[in-house]
Amino acid sequence: MSGYLFSRLLQTAVTLFVMSVLVFGGLHMVGNPVDVLLSPTATPAERLEVIKSFGLDRPVWEQYWIFLKNALTGNLGNSFVFNQPALDLILQRMPATLELAAAALLMALVLGIPLGIYAGLKPNGWFAKSIMTFSILGFSLPTFWIGLVMIMVFAVQLGWLPSSGRGDTVDVLGVPVSIFTMDGLAHLALPAFNLALFKISLVIRITRAGVLETMQLDFVRFARAKGLPEKRIVTVHVLKNTLIPLITVIGLELGSLIAFAVVTETIFAWPGMGKLIIDAIAVLDRPVILAYLMITVVMFSLINLAVDILYSVVDPRVRLEGN
Amino acid sequence: MTDLSKTTSVHTGGKTDKSRSHSVSPFRIIMGKLVRDPLALTGLVIVSILVLAAVFAPVIAPQDPYDLAQLDIMDGRLAPGAESFTGMTYLLGTDDQGRDLFSAILYGLRTSILVGVASAAIALLIGAAVGLLSAYAGGRTDAFLMRVVDIQLSFPAILVALILLAVLGQGVDKIILALVVTQWAYYARTIRGSALVERKRAYVDAARSMALPDRRILFRHILPNCLAPLIVVATMRVAYAIMLEATLSFLGIGLPVTEPSLGLLVSNGFEYMLSGDYWISFFPGVALLILIVAINLIGDSLRDILNPRREG
Repeated sequence: MSGYLFSRLLQTAVTLFVMSVLVFGGLHMVGNPVDVLLSPTATPAERLEVIKSFGLDRPVWEQYWIFLKNALTGNLGNSFVFNQPALDLILQRMPATLELAAAALLMALVLGIPLGIYAGLKPNGWFAKSIMTFSILGFSLPTFWIGLVMIMVFAVQLGWLPSSGRGDTVDVLGVPVSIFTMDGLAHLALPAFNLALFKISLVIRITRAGVLETMQLDFVRFARAKGLPEKRIVTVHVLKNTLIPLITVIGLELGSLIAFAVVTETIFAWPGMGKLIIDAIAVLDRPVILAYLMITVVMFSLINLAVDILYSVVDPRVRLEGN
Repeated sequence: MTDLSKTTSVHTGGKTDKSRSHSVSPFRIIMGKLVRDPLALTGLVIVSILVLAAVFAPVIAPQDPYDLAQLDIMDGRLAPGAESFTGMTYLLGTDDQGRDLFSAILYGLRTSILVGVASAAIALLIGAAVGLLSAYAGGRTDAFLMRVVDIQLSFPAILVALILLAVLGQGVDKIILALVVTQWAYYARTIRGSALVERKRAYVDAARSMALPDRRILFRHILPNCLAPLIVVATMRVAYAIMLEATLSFLGIGLPVTEPSLGLLVSNGFEYMLSGDYWISFFPGVALLILIVAINLIGDSLRDILNPRREG
């Protein structure tokens, strides 16, 4: 186990290093952040001063070396635009994104698993068929467009739910959270559902496929022969075997929810880190782009590790190997 | 067991094949089954219509939406069905610059389909080559390549594309490159999986014992037998690529304004949606949705046809 953990950490470190070199190098080849940041009326002297203050006058490898040295001490550089540590900027906005992603994931599971089980148990019924048709639709609806339509219908036409922002928040351990106030929940509803829609379809399909496949296995026939009630067969035996692919997907999809939050946050003006990265890309705020990348790589590596470990807990046949 | 039935069903259609010279091509068998599935047939018809509409956009479109001489700012934000001064009817309304939305959508379809198909095709070629190499070489090469694939796939496509476009900038070629980078790994993993199974088959041993060169065995014997799952993945991926491109363009980091895809059209209408001029964003989105649903319907049916495990 410790060998496994070590090799995974090493792999994360290598990924971080390679990604940082590629992106650092890449960012230096395109555009010049100074052009974006300075007003067109700036004098050449002012220009030189800004370039110098950002350390942009040094060769790229030296800039990277400085970045690397600082990064190892937890300093990912100051944002060009906000003139604050990039790491702080992202960490400030992270809770909002995580809250949104968690709410969407919960929605996907609560709606997706029961519908998927139903569709798997009665694959030829009309309701199961409509569930599957809905899931194709859910797969195909572009997140950004359905977000607009939701704002159009629920916020503009019906006026039921607010269309932007986080609403009232409560501080939990110093972190602002929306889910504990009615206003916060109302603000969360549309963006969370928007983000969840794609995943609901995914969970439905995976659960259905798992149930369909498991129901044909010998142990189900055996359980029936033993006279176990159908309810117990489904909820205990079949569901457990369906969970394995589901856990993998949940792990991967949590990461993708966090990434796709970029879109939802842009539409619903949700103050998360996705909005920050889009703005950072627009003005070439290199330190923020790099810091965002570093943080997401670490975050995803942790999620994947957790999934792998969970996997071996649920299914003892899975062995963790370090290669 | 299941893998065996998979290959036979693809190559012989299950039963009728007796001698190889009389066998029907797998493509025709698949098409035959597709046409019999009403949902897939609907998908096929819609995709064909949309592709034709995109190809012949300059002929069909009542207006060249990017020829500024044909635009009249006085016609800006007209509702669907409204008439211009010159008596032209705007079927789906106009955008803020007086551009006929129906024409803009046709031109947008062109860009969207081109980007989706081109990126999927390039990603397929690269992915298939890597996957085949990985399966055939085995050992360290395989372990290394699959590690790269795993790491790549552990990052959501949109994130990779976002970072890449931040580095590359905007443009059709750049977004195709970004989509290829985010997609090749899916193909590589799919084809490696089936190639590993095929490699152990008797026909590969037979080909080896005839001292056929590796390259020939790889491309003429193993590859054709790995195509079935690849086709399914490719169909779904084209739909996904189109959606991803639209999303990136919507976020303003995909295609430049000079080359508007459907995503960019939706984005242009975003600000007017809140003031009630829904059509500028709504109709391009509907076109995108119809295109993606239609492709996914085909993909869904293909998966059932090519994967006997899901039958019944």
